[in-house]
Amino acid sequence: MRDRGRILIGLLIFLILMTFPVWYNALNGVSVMQEPELATKNVPGKDKCVNTAEYMRQNHMNLLNQWRDTVVRQDVRVYTTVDGRKFNMSLTNTCLDCHPNRENFCNRCHNYLAVNPYCWDCHVDPQDPKVLAAKEPR
Amino acid sequence: MDRRDFIKYCGIATVGLAVGKAGRILAADKLLEESPLTASRWAMVFDLRKCLHKDGCTKCIDACHTVHNVPKIDIPGDEVKWIWKEPFDHAFEEQQNEHLPEELLHAPSLVLCNHCDNPPCVRVCPTQATWKRASDGIVMMDWHRCIGCRYCIVGCPYGSRSFNWHDPRKYLTTIQPDFPTRTKGVVEKCTFCSERLDRGLLPACVVDCPEKALTFGDLQDVHSEVRELLASNFTIRRKPSLGTQPQVYYIV
Ligand code: HEC
Ligand code: HEC
Ligand code: HEC
Repeated sequence: MRDRGRILIGLLIFLILMTFPVWYNALNGVSVMQEPELATKNVPGKDKCVNTAEYMRQNHMNLLNQWRDTVVRQDVRVYTTVDGRKFNMSLTNTCLDCHPNRENFCNRCHNYLAVNPYCWDCHVDPQDPKVLAAKEPR
Repeated sequence: MDRRDFIKYCGIATVGLAVGKAGRILAADKLLEESPLTASRWAMVFDLRKCLHKDGCTKCIDACHTVHNVPKIDIPGDEVKWIWKEPFDHAFEEQQNEHLPEELLHAPSLVLCNHCDNPPCVRVCPTQATWKRASDGIVMMDWHRCIGCRYCIVGCPYGSRSFNWHDPRKYLTTIQPDFPTRTKGVVEKCTFCSERLDRGLLPACVVDCPEKALTFGDLQDVHSEVRELLASNFTIRRKPSLGTQPQVYYIV
């Protein structure tokens, strides 16, 4: 067993590398998810999501896909919630109407989960400086 | 306060509550209540004569490209356009008799997607990202499905489709929040403003034309303005021999 020293050093390096994601995240605070900000929780008329919070947490991506297909392919734009409220099916104008700060809402979860939906390559964030620069809405 | 006053105030309070509530509901439903424009077959009639006298006017183009966040890219071959001007002799290659009036020969003719009855672009699309809507004949785009293969660009005999070679947002100075931009790698074209029709609005180019050179309406409705124009004027269409049955008509 003349190689014991080398093996131990090798093992140590292996362990450090293996656990790299764990302590890297711990040191950078990424492993702690900040609660998404519910900006309109106390605003009358905007205090309820288009479904229960529980459902939204689990299924908002499916709901969005469903909205997308209904609007684009079936030409139906109005969504009626289970409790009878009506919404225009729009990512920018409806979701972001009640969740105006994408960074503090969508992205707080998504950064933690390392998902990066490509929707915003096309769909517009009203906070975008180029949107704010548009003189009058048409 | 006696019993009667109490009842009176109760009544007033109830009315107040109801009014407040109604106001809120109306505000929330504003987008939805506007009745959509529908048709069995949308078509466009373009009066070249009216446009001829407005030299250099680009109101329709500006309107369309603003509401749809179409970028202005000046690199030849990389332009993105939904509606633009083409000299008459380019737009109507097949229909050129000799000795046409000089004025007409070089007349700027507005061209856009023809929303063909028999659209070749739809036939070649491998993902059904473009399709002819059964309800009203609009040749739609589903940008979520477009994989950027550009078969449709090759299929379209009118050059109505543009490919995004660049990130369009880099070329937009302002962005309208009501319509998504596109992204590098997808094809785009005019959709007869399907999103505006849903809100009860006519296409942006039609609305903004100061000469009322553009008319939009239902081809299946005998009393529609487009049918009246077609019945009372001689009209031509682009490349009729191909059998695509374009639904944009030109009064020359
Ligand atoms: C290539 C550009 C592009 C991408 C990427 C994209 N969309 Fe869209 N989306 C559009 C366009 C264009 C429309 C049509 C808007 C209309 O007709 O009003 C649309 C419509 C929609 C609609 C209905 C209307 C609206 O304004 O919201 C939903 C919902 C939607 N998309 C969801 C999504 C989701 C979710 C993603 C990401 C997973 C996504 N889209 C990615 C371009 C895109
Ligand atoms: C009318 C306002 C409103 C609209 C429109 C709306 N939301 Fe919500 N949303 C809320 C409120 C308020 C909550 C918190 C509900 C609760 O805690 O009971 C919430 C909760 C959520 C949650 C769960 C958050 C958490 O902390 O777990 C998600 C995810 C969500 N919304 C996504 C969406 C998406 C995606 C859309 C568009 C399809 C949308 N919301 C549209 C108001 C809205
Ligand atoms: C409560 C946390 C939370 C909030 C808030 C939240 N999301 Fe998500 N989102 C998730 C989770 C979890 C997934 C699923 C990740 C996976 O599939 O790995 C997801 C996935 C998605 C996807 C699909 C991504 C993909 O690659 O398939 C879309 C689109 C999306 N979210 C849109 C939104 C939008 C828009 C908002 C803000 C209005 C939002 N989300 C807010 C947790 C959240």
